[in-house]
Amino acid sequence: MAGSGTAHMRTAAERVLVVDDMVVEFPVGRKQVVHAVSGMNLDLLPGETLGILGESGCGKSSAGRAVMQMPKPTSGRVSLGKRELTGLKVRELRGARARMQMIMQDPISSLNPRRKVRDLVAEGLAIWGYDGDDKDASIRETLEAVGLDPDVVWDRRPHELSGGQCQRVCIARALMMNPDVLICDEPVSSLDVSVQAQILNLLERTKENYDLSMIFIAHDVSVVKNISDRVMVLYLGKTCEVLPSGGLQDEALHPYTRMLISSIPGEEARAETPESPHDEVEVPLSASATELPSPLNPPSGCRFRTRCPLATDLCAAEEPVMREVGAGHFLACHHVAVPDGDAPRLTVLSDEENVAG
Amino acid sequence: MTEHVLEVDDLHTTFSTPRGLMRAVDGVSLTLGAGETLGVVGESGSGKSVLGRTIMGLISNNANTEVTGSVRIAGQDVHEMKPGARRKLWGPEVAMVFQDPMTSLNPVKKVGVHITEALRLHLGLNRKDATERAVDLLRQVFIPEPVRRMKQYPHELSGGMRQRVVIAMALACDPKLLIADEPTTALDVTVQKQILDLLATLASERNMATILVSHDLGAVAGRTDRVAVMYGGRTVETSSTSRVFANPRHPYSEALIASIPQLRDAPHTVLRAIEGAPPNMLNPPTGCRFAPRCRFAQDRCREEEPLLRDLGERDVVHRGACHFPLEIAYEGVS
Repeated sequence: MAGSGTAHMRTAAERVLVVDDMVVEFPVGRKQVVHAVSGMNLDLLPGETLGILGESGCGKSSAGRAVMQMPKPTSGRVSLGKRELTGLKVRELRGARARMQMIMQDPISSLNPRRKVRDLVAEGLAIWGYDGDDKDASIRETLEAVGLDPDVVWDRRPHELSGGQCQRVCIARALMMNPDVLICDEPVSSLDVSVQAQILNLLERTKENYDLSMIFIAHDVSVVKNISDRVMVLYLGKTCEVLPSGGLQDEALHPYTRMLISSIPGEEARAETPESPHDEVEVPLSASATELPSPLNPPSGCRFRTRCPLATDLCAAEEPVMREVGAGHFLACHHVAVPDGDAPRLTVLSDEENVAG
Repeated sequence: MTEHVLEVDDLHTTFSTPRGLMRAVDGVSLTLGAGETLGVVGESGSGKSVLGRTIMGLISNNANTEVTGSVRIAGQDVHEMKPGARRKLWGPEVAMVFQDPMTSLNPVKKVGVHITEALRLHLGLNRKDATERAVDLLRQVFIPEPVRRMKQYPHELSGGMRQRVVIAMALACDPKLLIADEPTTALDVTVQKQILDLLATLASERNMATILVSHDLGAVAGRTDRVAVMYGGRTVETSSTSRVFANPRHPYSEALIASIPQLRDAPHTVLRAIEGAPPNMLNPPTGCRFAPRCRFAQDRCREEEPLLRDLGERDVVHRGACHFPLEIAYEGVS
């Protein structure tokens, strides 16, 4: 798994965002390179939410930032609507990029502490030189849309707000530009559970009201399932599995996805229930004690093989390619069999198959 | 079980700040027997971390801090004793694991030094015996190649490995009580479960009492015997863990559990958020502290503070601080 391929890409004409073979690498001296994202493909339909799931170091934040062109990806193409962003000059990029907005993890540090809420929300308009009579009215309207009372927060500065309120201000800032795509990079992981639910509900409502498409990056499986239509699981810069979010608990097959699910406290027992599709093989798909390999020198073949309970020689020799195993369900793993008319399942390859494969 | 490892009685920790008195812990009582595991859950600002530190004696009376009530570990009052005597308690009686393993380790000292220091000071072992014992401890927390790791510096280890080292340090002198303050918050999801399982295994092997302080209800749910839910510096509900999760009686516990997205729910399920924000502890609301956010609040809740009382269930002790506790839902209670 953790493979390459484009099988999960769709051909619909109205895709709002298409990312094609995007590579993000960071040189770190001594000719060494961090392979943050290696050949990522994704697309986004209007009104769709794509969840990107993975543990820290899997490249999910780098991917989100590279889509925003900050910094630009090392190679590959990112197209927003009909416009390709990767080739644009800085000035043109600014204009094109306004249709795509980002919400960061830490709401307090992503707001300038010296500015008032009304200026923070209006900053996008100010940059674009908009100063119409309806400016204040539209700021008020946006603040109300994110559940803040404009009369209360109008003149406040970020330190006078709670973390949840700051995150609402960040969402309001993004909405002011009337974007098509909203990229949320761990927007709730620094918030308390009770506030997390408020923000998730707000994002869901906002998406409907403002006709947004969303990329939602997070490490929490349940949160991603709640907000997404489609989930993409990343491991060490490679895509493991893409599936409709409804199937996350029962249909996810990739050994890494299963590992993520089994690490949720309280899910371990369920992950091993006999009804689950992978009961054909008795494999302990729990978190393995080995750690994430270094992205400086990722493993050959399937990048997950060093932690995978099913890994064989084939996994080291050959990188698995994304293939379709069900409706809208794609994964890259050598160990998945798709029997005719039956649910796909994990298999342990015998030595002969292994050599032949 | 007659002898309690820990007895906390009406504990108050008050900080004086430029803006007034902050009652971070405001009247908490609890007891813990040998081998028992207590989960303390609550949102940020609920006082759960300050409670852990006050029990440990890391927060004690000084110019800006006032601690009243008593904390008795092994029969001795932590806040009455001299600092020197308290230091003798840390290690053999009580030890703590902190949230961030990087800041709990000294970056210029090798892993081995961290562990042998406690062994030599508290147990009086010589260098050779202490080293042997330290290697053994690292093995017990499942660190591969413990001999090599002894000679490494903290920055050479991953976050999960560092937290294992911190746990090995805490266990060095065989404490009877371990306080783990958000031990997995700084760690990755896949590592989190390993560390929680490790703590649970070690506690049952050694018959060690554990307090697991966490904001993550999921982490507490499967790994503790009892749970105390904190809100605004007070315990609002306490009972056996399975009872609180299956049938919370305090509206706050119920709302907190309901606000977490569940993997089994369909996508786009609207979450039941708790509106509003946690109370400002400089100026907590009168009456029930949860009343401003409570769906069931009535006039009495805003005027009269509910006390923690037995909610009168037949087979288990279930205490809650609410004038109008939620009904017992008989289905689903094991």
